[in-house]
Amino acid sequence: MRIVAKGLTYVYNPKSSFATQALKGVDLTIEEGEFFGIIGHTGSGKSTFVQHLNALIRLTGGELKVGDYDLADKKCKVLELRGKVGMVFQYPEYQLFAETVKKDVAFGLKNFNKGISEEETDAAVREALSVAGLNYDEVAEKSPFELSGGQRRRVAIAGVIVTKPEVLILDEPAAGLDPLGKKELMELLHSIHGRWCRTIVIVSHDMDEIAENCTRAAVFSEGKVALCGTPKEIFSRGEELAAMGLDVPVTARAAQILRAHGYPVDTDFTCDDFVKKVLALYGGAGAETAVPPAEEAAGAAVPPAGETAGADGAEGGAGDAE
Amino acid sequence: METEQLANAPAETLPQDGTEAPAAPLPAVCFENVKYSYDEEEGGEFAVNGVSLTIAEGEFVAVLGRNGSGKSTLAKLINALLRPTEGKVTVFGLDTADTKKAFDIRKSAGMVFQNPDNQTVASVVEDDVAFGPENIGLPREEIGRRIEYALDAVGMTQFRSATPSRLSGGQKQRIAIAGVLAIQPKIMILDESTAMLDPKGRREVMDVVKKLNREQGMTVILITHFMEEALEAGRAVVMHRGEIVMDGTPEEIFARADELETYNLTLPRAAYICKRLQQAGMPLKNAFDAEELAEGICASLQRG
Repeated sequence: MRIVAKGLTYVYNPKSSFATQALKGVDLTIEEGEFFGIIGHTGSGKSTFVQHLNALIRLTGGELKVGDYDLADKKCKVLELRGKVGMVFQYPEYQLFAETVKKDVAFGLKNFNKGISEEETDAAVREALSVAGLNYDEVAEKSPFELSGGQRRRVAIAGVIVTKPEVLILDEPAAGLDPLGKKELMELLHSIHGRWCRTIVIVSHDMDEIAENCTRAAVFSEGKVALCGTPKEIFSRGEELAAMGLDVPVTARAAQILRAHGYPVDTDFTCDDFVKKVLALYGGAGAETAVPPAEEAAGAAVPPAGETAGADGAEGGAGDAE
Repeated sequence: METEQLANAPAETLPQDGTEAPAAPLPAVCFENVKYSYDEEEGGEFAVNGVSLTIAEGEFVAVLGRNGSGKSTLAKLINALLRPTEGKVTVFGLDTADTKKAFDIRKSAGMVFQNPDNQTVASVVEDDVAFGPENIGLPREEIGRRIEYALDAVGMTQFRSATPSRLSGGQKQRIAIAGVLAIQPKIMILDESTAMLDPKGRREVMDVVKKLNREQGMTVILITHFMEEALEAGRAVVMHRGEIVMDGTPEEIFARADELETYNLTLPRAAYICKRLQQAGMPLKNAFDAEELAEGICASLQRG
């Protein structure tokens, strides 16, 4: 389902002294099949925006279409839409409530499909748990509270994907997990993407996470979309991001400094790509001798003995890069 | 009762020559072969399993480790929220197993938790900060002074009449820190206090913590999953399955990348890139952030 927002506005507590305009005209299109990232610091309007996508916040200004559902239309079938646009909140493991994992995962499914049989429910729960990386036979009859934090988060995700939503929205899905837990969670989302949910939208503060995982991203600032494009396009605009109080990924920052020194390193994103780029330069520099500006090189120490061997190795690396 | 006696016994019988030596200052925190199990009856797994650790007053220590490695248990053992199953924990010489000392220990070791929304008790910022000092029965004027001092220290003075629920996550955590500061502790323990914040909020909290450590000599124990934050500490400790497996400066720890990997921890991204380049034969000094990394690469390319 394609998501198209035009001139979306929203005011919290209208007509009161606490009135805050959270959205001030959001124009954004998310294509079907994307792994889309939404960035922005607290109060930028990003959560207000995503809550519009499955009508948790009803449209009050502007246009919003999610697939064929027109949210400006008062007769829009909201319940049906919610079955197709799944939402995983921040720290979803705190929202588990049922006595068993199975009942918790089945809750949404039963709500969206009144009269679904026990067998069907059971099969769907089994499948959702397995997609979320959990073993049904091991966890289904357990209380969610007997599981570890990481497992609980997976149960919460299973409880949303069990309805097979076409769009899956996750607010800070990896927050609070340790580095390996984060990596595993992102791998889980990639395995869900395409095969299970056509479109994934993640809200994240972690620029490296966005850079490494998303096809495109939008930066929210003061209730509007300030930047939108591929991670490469977004993170090459480091100054603008800094002005909005946002970081750029480590690789983009390092690349920026290298470019300032006259080295043609593109703003590239995964750490491994960056390594390849630098090694290609290093191999090149070794072969052609002193391409870069020479002023500072004069002050540098005599190359260590291992240098030549290193350059050879690097050329091998550069070859791999191509 | 029984565990209390057990834990107390060695404290009384120990020939305390170490602490009675004239010049040696009391360590802020001292763990002596501490074990803790949440499941006492079964005698099952130890969440903290034989930890010995001394933290001097004024240190800034980052505690790293996977979820479930025992970091939070360690933190709770410090301010007597938990008492050791075996071994002994002292805070400025006070034994946490002594229930009569719990109050004094908690006054000297304050704790800030993860969720900014779970730590406020009042509907006005200054009332919230006053909660601790009121609880320890300070006179009214002193409470006023403490609020003044605490809000100033975290840079939140202009929000003193604000409603905590209307503040940002970073601001809420700074209020939580102010609430701890109002007790005037000597040790501040932050248990993943930045985990739920955005980068800006995280920076705010880290800046406040660093300032307290630098300017007031506050002992800081920072539990975190952000490897980049550990770089700001003077010392880093890695926990794995309830044990301390690495202890050194953050630079020393991150230089031992292979070992870190066995504990399922990752390097800060810049350090990871640096290591990969070094492995490929590029002569680089160890780098831990983007700037150091880029400078190192430039220097190396110029030499080539």
